[in-house]
Amino acid sequence: MTRILTYSCYDLLRSRWSYAYFLFYLITTLALLYFSSDLSKAIISLMNIVLILSPLIGTMLGAMYSYNSREFVELLLAQPIRRRDIFLGQYLGLAGSLSLSFALGMGIPFLIYGVQVSAEVWNFATLLFSGVMLTFIFSGLAFWIAMKQEDKTRGFGTAILLWLFLAIVYDGIFLLALILFEAWPLEKFALAASLFNPIDLSRILIMLKLDISALLGYTGAVFQQFAGSTRGMFICVLSLLAWAALPVAGFLYSCKRKDF
Amino acid sequence: MYSLVTQAIKTCLLLHLMYWLCPALGAATLEVCPDGCAYSSIQQAVDAAAAGDSLLIKPGIYREHLILIDKPLSILGQEGAVVDGQYQGEIFRIRANDVSLSGLEIRHVGTSYTEDQAGIRVEKSKNCQIFNNKLSDTFFGIYLAHASNCEIRNNQVIGKAEKEISSGNAIHLWYCKEITVKDNLAKHHRDGIYLEFVENSHILHNVSEDNLRYGLHFMFSDYDDYLHNTFRRNGAGVAVMFSRHIRMQHNRFEENWGPSAYGLLLKEIYDSEITSNVFRKNTVAIYAESATRIRIAQNDFLQNGWAMKMLGSSMDNTITQNNFISNSFDLATDSRRNHNQYEANYWSEYAGYDLDKDGTGDVPYRPVKLYAFIVGESPATIILLRCLLMDLLNYAEKVMPVLTPQTLLDERPRMKPYPRNQSFNP
Amino acid sequence: MIRFEHIHKSFGKQEVLKDIELHIPAGGLTALLGPNGSGKTTLVKSLLGLVIPQQGHIYFEGKPIAGKWDYRRHIGYLPQIARFPENLRVHELIRMIQDIRSEQGRPDELIALFELNPFLNARLRNLSGGTRQKVNLLLTLMFDTPLIVLDEPTVGLDPVALVQLKNLISQEKERGKTLLLCSHIMSVVEELADDVIFLLEGRIHFHGSLQSLLQEQGETRLEHAIARVLKPDFHLQRMES
Repeated sequence: MTRILTYSCYDLLRSRWSYAYFLFYLITTLALLYFSSDLSKAIISLMNIVLILSPLIGTMLGAMYSYNSREFVELLLAQPIRRRDIFLGQYLGLAGSLSLSFALGMGIPFLIYGVQVSAEVWNFATLLFSGVMLTFIFSGLAFWIAMKQEDKTRGFGTAILLWLFLAIVYDGIFLLALILFEAWPLEKFALAASLFNPIDLSRILIMLKLDISALLGYTGAVFQQFAGSTRGMFICVLSLLAWAALPVAGFLYSCKRKDF
Repeated sequence: MYSLVTQAIKTCLLLHLMYWLCPALGAATLEVCPDGCAYSSIQQAVDAAAAGDSLLIKPGIYREHLILIDKPLSILGQEGAVVDGQYQGEIFRIRANDVSLSGLEIRHVGTSYTEDQAGIRVEKSKNCQIFNNKLSDTFFGIYLAHASNCEIRNNQVIGKAEKEISSGNAIHLWYCKEITVKDNLAKHHRDGIYLEFVENSHILHNVSEDNLRYGLHFMFSDYDDYLHNTFRRNGAGVAVMFSRHIRMQHNRFEENWGPSAYGLLLKEIYDSEITSNVFRKNTVAIYAESATRIRIAQNDFLQNGWAMKMLGSSMDNTITQNNFISNSFDLATDSRRNHNQYEANYWSEYAGYDLDKDGTGDVPYRPVKLYAFIVGESPATIILLRCLLMDLLNYAEKVMPVLTPQTLLDERPRMKPYPRNQSFNP
Repeated sequence: MIRFEHIHKSFGKQEVLKDIELHIPAGGLTALLGPNGSGKTTLVKSLLGLVIPQQGHIYFEGKPIAGKWDYRRHIGYLPQIARFPENLRVHELIRMIQDIRSEQGRPDELIALFELNPFLNARLRNLSGGTRQKVNLLLTLMFDTPLIVLDEPTVGLDPVALVQLKNLISQEKERGKTLLLCSHIMSVVEELADDVIFLLEGRIHFHGSLQSLLQEQGETRLEHAIARVLKPDFHLQRMES
């Protein structure tokens, strides 16, 4: 598996996509830091970008890579190597190289601006962690979709729709529910609903650092417990890890019975 | 610098003068110690002393309570002098003018639901001096009623408050005038410093933290000021209610977190000034209800949940030259009308431009976001803070305001934050 | 060497392999023939574990292959369409396959044979179809595997390379390898095949030596023999026309 991982990584790190992704984050982060000259403000602006773009790029490149490497996979499958290892290796190679582009692109400017010795270092680390987790989760989901859906166009369509749903439609429904059922005790529902969307989950994880003052303004015992202690952070991180494991388990299960 | 030195010299001279003169006037120093002195109890010494005498309390534990001081005395505790009330009741009760009480460790006053028992109570007295004392677990710490011209300085008052109903205030002033409360530490009480019907008093350089209710609490008190204090992790930093002409400057309000936690709570307050303060990481930095003719200027609002919640009942306030940086919400209000003036502040959320390079943005800034309004209506939506959908809705509302007050604008938002002398991150 | 027992495979409603019973002994070249969509590639792929049959068992050297992967060490497989990680260079791909198989093989010999030297440093995305096929062949043949499976190996090859390939196959045969070849090019099969399997609509219609096929159908040319298997009245039609 490590061999496949190395080669996938190697292959991807040379592709234009990796460079483009790296450069995008590098330039955006530099620009934000330059114009705001305030680390916490730049982190907030980047948070909005990371929460949208990491899932989108993870989804798109995950689907693209899965479909484009079909024949290569066939070549590999004919070699004495486990199926599981091929797909896991490819997935980790893709998610790893994307994460690397992201982490370097965003990290280098922040390091230049001295985030490691500032009070914002944990906020930055949380943002970095969320971005990496989202990359892993969404490229995993795309792998799963590509595994289930033979048709490339349909596969891409499904992946984009899934992204659109989780990035915006879900929150819309969520918001409507919160407003319509305002009279009901909603805090448990609100917290639970957030756990079922990895983008919301990452957002809340970052907010537990950045906007804790505002979050603690909400009256509700469960909510207070969640936000007021390290428990909330713990739950968010665990849920994100579970989210990352889910698509991997999914595509590894479907790959076993798939024909090539 | 020069004046400070001369003042120090003057004070020194005065003290020396008194030291040499007092015996000549017939004043004596009575020593109190557990064994071997003339007096083994403070109360005995007080009873034996004449007005104007000094009491020197030697190190040791004095298990006494209800020590009544009914004549002008100067009581000085040496390092290690401890008065333990053993939860029997109040410890010192001062009912005379010109009493000074210092250097003592005072502890263990019982909790009472019917009486406001205190470590040191001053009643109907003038010119008292209470300084350098350490009070711990004393229900109420220092309690002044009908006192005037007193100084409470450099005391540590640390309680064990767990519930509001069964806890007292660290420093409590009731019907007082001309009191100076300076350099004290008030911790783990119901209120750190409490003022009710107190006039012309000064609260300076105190630290009030981890109190259940308020760091500093004003009720019906006019013409007071509080400067250079730090209020940290209290239920609310400072509450100013039903008061007028209060000057609030150079204070720090930090990490006052919770469902009804504010840095500064204003209620029925008029003609006051809030300037050069730092509000950092409070759930709501300033909450104003029926606040009128207040000038809020040159403050820094950093990383608060809400920098300001200005209810519609607040009028004719001026908010100017403040820095609003990285707050979750800059401003929330419950009204679609605006009766306050927001001008020339720096808002870190401002995304406008400055073509004429005069340091002022060319398009006005709207500090009230649609989302702040939605959260006001259904608080559970706070969970959606900073999601893409909210950004889109905010943007739509910015272009065409429907639900937020149309006239609430900063016409001259600053492009860069105002520089301040104090550092943002302590 | 290879044994298929009651293999059934369908993709959705389409039945591709119907109760395949097949035994291919070690040694010699077996050609797998049949029109498009007859199930040749599926059969080959199921041997490699690329396609998983709904029913039946496949044995390689006496052992069932279901869920196994290590037996592929003994098979060299040339897929019908070759596509590779596009950003890798040719020599990197070779190293990678060597790496995966933990075997050196004999790349240099084949590189020389197919004249791939000028392309070793080129990225795979820049190669022509013929060169890609040569790389594909190289990867398949460079290891000393007892079984070699070739799915349409002649696609895209120029006449020189084709001759070289035929020579190579003959050599391998002489070295006692077992070869399984799917091809449309009858001349290649006629030249090289010992045995022929004829597959039609997922069923085996003929399995025997090339000689016996020709004799059975009374033809001298394989093409005609095949046509007769397809349409028993082929000869008649030809007579009439």
